[in-house]
Amino acid sequence: MIDPNLFQLVCFYAFGIVTVGAALAVITLRNTVHAVLALVLTFFSTACIWMLAEAEFLAIALIVVYVGAVMVLFLFVVMMLDIDLERVREGFVKFLPVGLIVALVMLVEMLALIGVRAMHAQTMGANPATAADQSNTAWLGTALYTHYLLPFEIAALILTVGVVVAVALTLRHRRGAKYQSASEQVRVNPRDRIRVLKMEAVRPVEPQATEQPAQETKP
Amino acid sequence: MGEQILNQVIWPVIYILCIAVPVILAVAMFVYWERKVIGWMHVRMGPNKVGPLGLLQAFADVVKLLVKEVILPTNANRFLYYLAPMLALVPAFAAWAVIPFNDKLVLSNANAGLLYLLAMTSLGVYGIILAGWASNSRYALLGAMRSAAQVISYELAMGLCLVCVLVLAGSLNLTDIVHAQAGHKGLFDWFWLPLLPVFVIYFISGVAETNRAPFDVAEGESEIVAGFHVEYSGSAFAIFFLAEYANMILVSFLASILFLGGWLSPFPETWGFIGHGSFLWLFVKAFVFAFMFLWFRATFPRYRYDQIMRLGWKVFIPIAIVWVLVAGCLKYYGLVVAGA
Repeated sequence: MIDPNLFQLVCFYAFGIVTVGAALAVITLRNTVHAVLALVLTFFSTACIWMLAEAEFLAIALIVVYVGAVMVLFLFVVMMLDIDLERVREGFVKFLPVGLIVALVMLVEMLALIGVRAMHAQTMGANPATAADQSNTAWLGTALYTHYLLPFEIAALILTVGVVVAVALTLRHRRGAKYQSASEQVRVNPRDRIRVLKMEAVRPVEPQATEQPAQETKP
Repeated sequence: MGEQILNQVIWPVIYILCIAVPVILAVAMFVYWERKVIGWMHVRMGPNKVGPLGLLQAFADVVKLLVKEVILPTNANRFLYYLAPMLALVPAFAAWAVIPFNDKLVLSNANAGLLYLLAMTSLGVYGIILAGWASNSRYALLGAMRSAAQVISYELAMGLCLVCVLVLAGSLNLTDIVHAQAGHKGLFDWFWLPLLPVFVIYFISGVAETNRAPFDVAEGESEIVAGFHVEYSGSAFAIFFLAEYANMILVSFLASILFLGGWLSPFPETWGFIGHGSFLWLFVKAFVFAFMFLWFRATFPRYRYDQIMRLGWKVFIPIAIVWVLVAGCLKYYGLVVAGA
């Protein structure tokens, strides 16, 4: 028999190794498109780890939002860039000290956080969704829209402001640029543009055999 | 141990084959049907030489494609070039795992089924983008860019449509969504009625998402030859073809499940065989949608690129957002009650 807990642990480490390996690949690969794909793999295996923790909504939302939309736009931009690999490499040594300091600060912060947790001897409670006998998504929705409504609304507001700012910064009207107005096109009335003439049908007076008349009138 | 492996590995693989093989066969028949239907609409015969009524035409084409050479363009990225068709195919088939064929017949009755579907359909675009980039060809890259922008735009509208459905059904589970549409009013209990605009938007977005006519600028033959797969030949091309048609059939099934009551019958229970819900009803509904894909192709000229973007962002998304509010009100005031 395979012990389910052991299997879960093995899965966790496997996904963890893939995540870390892919994250390393993001910063070491020379080809930027490959680096973006490695980042996709990082997100994907992170989602797998969250799935192991029974956070299925977050896991799939990560794939939908980051892998399905954000990274596609990333790829979109990176494919259009004409990147000179040598110049990208140049900065590596220059920025290395700064990078190391940032990494060190983050490491200390994380260790401090783990230490505080350990001192309080605070263990993770049982999965609240399972305890409430609800699906993960339903529980998350209830929690977000009742207990955490205000923070949620504030986050939504900040994101909306971000979108508006991004559009406002790039929106510009060029003078003399021609563009179509769809509503104007739809509102056009054919009668304003086409004049239908009613004419009496007449026979040409003297039909010539050598020359074909431009407009044949039917009798 | 042996029994465990049998239950957890062998049977699921057999179930998966029970879905995947009919999907592949359905794609073959769908291609034949497409050529036949469009032929009739053009007052032609369509394929009629291989086998009785030309029925074996699709299989002859498959054999032809498989024996052709797969050509790798100069300076193409070998790894990504071969990976791209698989990235297009895998999500197209993986999405079938959560499709419920009737009350009991579903491979994975996942709680977050709808989200899973959204995730899978959004992954399909990688195959297209990478194919375009890895081919080292201008036409392919242009097709990939067009396709990526279009798929992302229409995915938003599609996602908002799914939000409406899930507001009314109160569940992300596809089986529960179909159960939520059951009721004694039959046809009029299904979600197409309260969600009529969203239903239309969903199907049109589905057509745009699969890069089909009239939204097929990604492979616009008149400007960029065949778009993202112009450099692919033989079996690699066949895989793209298979993924595209599997996606079309998937969108047809989803539209029937989300808006037309899945396997439920439109007739009252007392009508005997046709009054009972069965997977045959689901197939009939999905067939109607699949036929509409072909009908569109034979009827509409291709959209201009800016018109596609305008339709997605300025028409579909605002309507869908408004309808999310409408769906919320319908649910709140008890005008639509799930499962009654």
